[in-house]
Amino acid sequence: MSSETKQILTTDGIPLEISLKKAERKNKIKAFLLVAPLLLFLIITYIFPIGEMFTRSIDDKMITNMLPKTFKSMETWDGKELPSEEVFSSFLSDFKILVEKKEHGKLAQRLNKEKNGFNTITKKLFRQVKRNKIDETQSIKEQIMKVHKRWRNVEYWQAIKRTAPPYTSAKYLKAMDMYLNEDNKITQVSEDRRIHRILWLRTVEVAFFVTVFCFLMGYPIAHLLATLPMKYSNLLMICVLLPFWTSLLVRTASWMILLQQQGVVNDFFVMIGLVADDNRPEMMYNKVGTYVAMTQILLPFMVLPLYSVMKTISPSLMRAGKSLGGTPFVAFWKVYFPLTIPGIGAGCLLVFILAIGYYITPALVGGASGTLISNQIAYHMKTTLDWSFASAMGLMLLGGVLVIYWLYNKLVGVDNIKLG
Amino acid sequence: MSKNTEFVKFDKVDKSYDGKVLVVKDLNLNISEGEFITMLGPSGSGKTTCLMMLAGFETPTNGEIYLDSNPISNIPPHKRGIGMVFQNYALFPHMTVYENLAFPLRVRKVQKDEIDKKVDKALSMVSLSGFESRMPAQLSGGQQQRVAVARALVFDPAVVLMDEPLGALDKNLRESMQYEIKHIHENIGVTVVYVTHDQGEALTMSNRIAVFNDGKVQQLSSPDKLYEEPVNSFVAEFIGENNTFGGEVTDISKNVCKVKLQNGEILANPISVNSKGDKTTVSIRPERALINPKDKMDNNQTGKIEEVIYHGDHTRVRLDLLGNKEFILKVPNSSNELDLKLGNEIKVGWNSQDARALDPK
Repeated sequence: MSSETKQILTTDGIPLEISLKKAERKNKIKAFLLVAPLLLFLIITYIFPIGEMFTRSIDDKMITNMLPKTFKSMETWDGKELPSEEVFSSFLSDFKILVEKKEHGKLAQRLNKEKNGFNTITKKLFRQVKRNKIDETQSIKEQIMKVHKRWRNVEYWQAIKRTAPPYTSAKYLKAMDMYLNEDNKITQVSEDRRIHRILWLRTVEVAFFVTVFCFLMGYPIAHLLATLPMKYSNLLMICVLLPFWTSLLVRTASWMILLQQQGVVNDFFVMIGLVADDNRPEMMYNKVGTYVAMTQILLPFMVLPLYSVMKTISPSLMRAGKSLGGTPFVAFWKVYFPLTIPGIGAGCLLVFILAIGYYITPALVGGASGTLISNQIAYHMKTTLDWSFASAMGLMLLGGVLVIYWLYNKLVGVDNIKLG
Repeated sequence: MSKNTEFVKFDKVDKSYDGKVLVVKDLNLNISEGEFITMLGPSGSGKTTCLMMLAGFETPTNGEIYLDSNPISNIPPHKRGIGMVFQNYALFPHMTVYENLAFPLRVRKVQKDEIDKKVDKALSMVSLSGFESRMPAQLSGGQQQRVAVARALVFDPAVVLMDEPLGALDKNLRESMQYEIKHIHENIGVTVVYVTHDQGEALTMSNRIAVFNDGKVQQLSSPDKLYEEPVNSFVAEFIGENNTFGGEVTDISKNVCKVKLQNGEILANPISVNSKGDKTTVSIRPERALINPKDKMDNNQTGKIEEVIYHGDHTRVRLDLLGNKEFILKVPNSSNELDLKLGNEIKVGWNSQDARALDPK
């Protein structure tokens, strides 16, 4: 007898493993086909757009394709003094092609973004080329340098070289109010132009406080829902879910009616004498409006996970805590509260992530001091048409959410999340 | 020093949840110190409500409960110092066994080394030493149960309440836990109020049993008395097995009465019948009725065997006797010379002393 373990055969003599795989294959194919539409849908609507966003946000190929010869010859240039004759002549031949295609304007625009002053000198060069003033038999370097004194300045050639890589991090730096200076160093923009960082901080702040408010209001509601008899808890549940059944726009609009200076809430305050009629507080078009409206809209996302967790906590646990000598507070704090942490985690994570990317509500009731980074993204998508910048900011938002998720996992553990 | 026989005292306690129905009616119950008393009854009979009122989770609608002569209705649960074992154990799932046991001590601000000592002692009492760092979910049902018992005892409460603590365990484990809880009670002498609907459990563990039905204590007595001498037909029916005949008293003297049945007449022990013409239910324990009795008995009847069920240690025989087709006999396994076949006629006898004429059903 051989010492090797014998392969198990089926009664038909086929090895068992192969037979098993064969038998299972059909089911596997069926299962895959069943999920295939969803998989395809996810790829098309989620993974592909995010990839597209990413490439767009770092894409700088346009100029790379405009000046192929220039960049090739620049490879050997050390970038300290003016480049050699070869660089100048390849630049001119690239430029001539662009002039033929009438794309020299785009080049000027792109270079001007890199360094101010390119617009003028490119136009001057264009006129010279158009009039065939440049004699290719003589030193092209000398002739171009004569067009404008800036062509003699090494900083401008350095700027051209900086645009050579097909990818750029400029959009990301811009979203952080920073840029790459001439020495390739990350620099902050001047103080009066730092708008994005304020928006980022405000977004995080608003999301944080909305989460806190949702938690403070949602916890007692969820507890009530979990402990009330079915008859009442169903009604209360409907009240909690009611905002879900109303259009987001309608809800936001009704908040506008409630919160405006001549609105219901202010009228009420005046009526009970809390504020003077001529001194009505502004509750809209600022952070107050954003807080109020967003808290109301996101509240169900806090209540539902909390409720589902609280529902599973046996009421006898609180009783046990009390019968063992804990005051009602101790019994709550040491027994009930720790058991609701999975729900708190899930609710807070959900609300925070939703709040950080919230768009419509802050746009409508936020005003100038209540707009968030998502409104800025929308602005660049729709108004300035700087899609790559919008993409960059969107991806940064996504990255931020992933970081929060990672932090949460480190601190609490994602396994602890309970959504329902 | 004599023991306080009114250590826990229910004094005319009524309880209603909705203002319409009384779930506990005029309850008077004294529990003496160190006693193991069981509240036994079908579900909805008010026994758990009584326990919850004693623990402080429900307030009596009327009347007062005294613990060691102090009225406790206005003392919140956490100040009563009563240990409780819950039906589903109610162990704190996020705490280790040690933390569960330390909880009542920590809230009482006991020193750390004192806590260690007491937890150690309590765990060894339920033979779970070495399980300190386990989580409740890592324990079997029986182990969780023992932790719950240890937790209710660890802070030396004067009274321990147990609300059907063995309900979720399988039969064998339940039996061994019954003895274990009984031994713990005997060793530390704590007063135990135990609620169950399992009569076997009540009979094996208790000093006294209070049988509840319909919000009232039907009978309060020791297990043997409860079984041998039920005072009414509910108790007779609820505790153990029972053969009953409904009839009317035709003659009555001090120790014996004649009861006329639909088709026959038997002699019985008058318990709750007073005069001729009273309706009554006569109750006879299956093991008190013998087949072919050798001793002289004052009731002798003949019945037809309807069913024979083998139970291992005994055989149950169902007879058609005096019009009662559900008359049960328990025949011990040793007496196998009897001819127990379906349809056979056999002679059955019992003493009138064991046939208790109780209130009519």
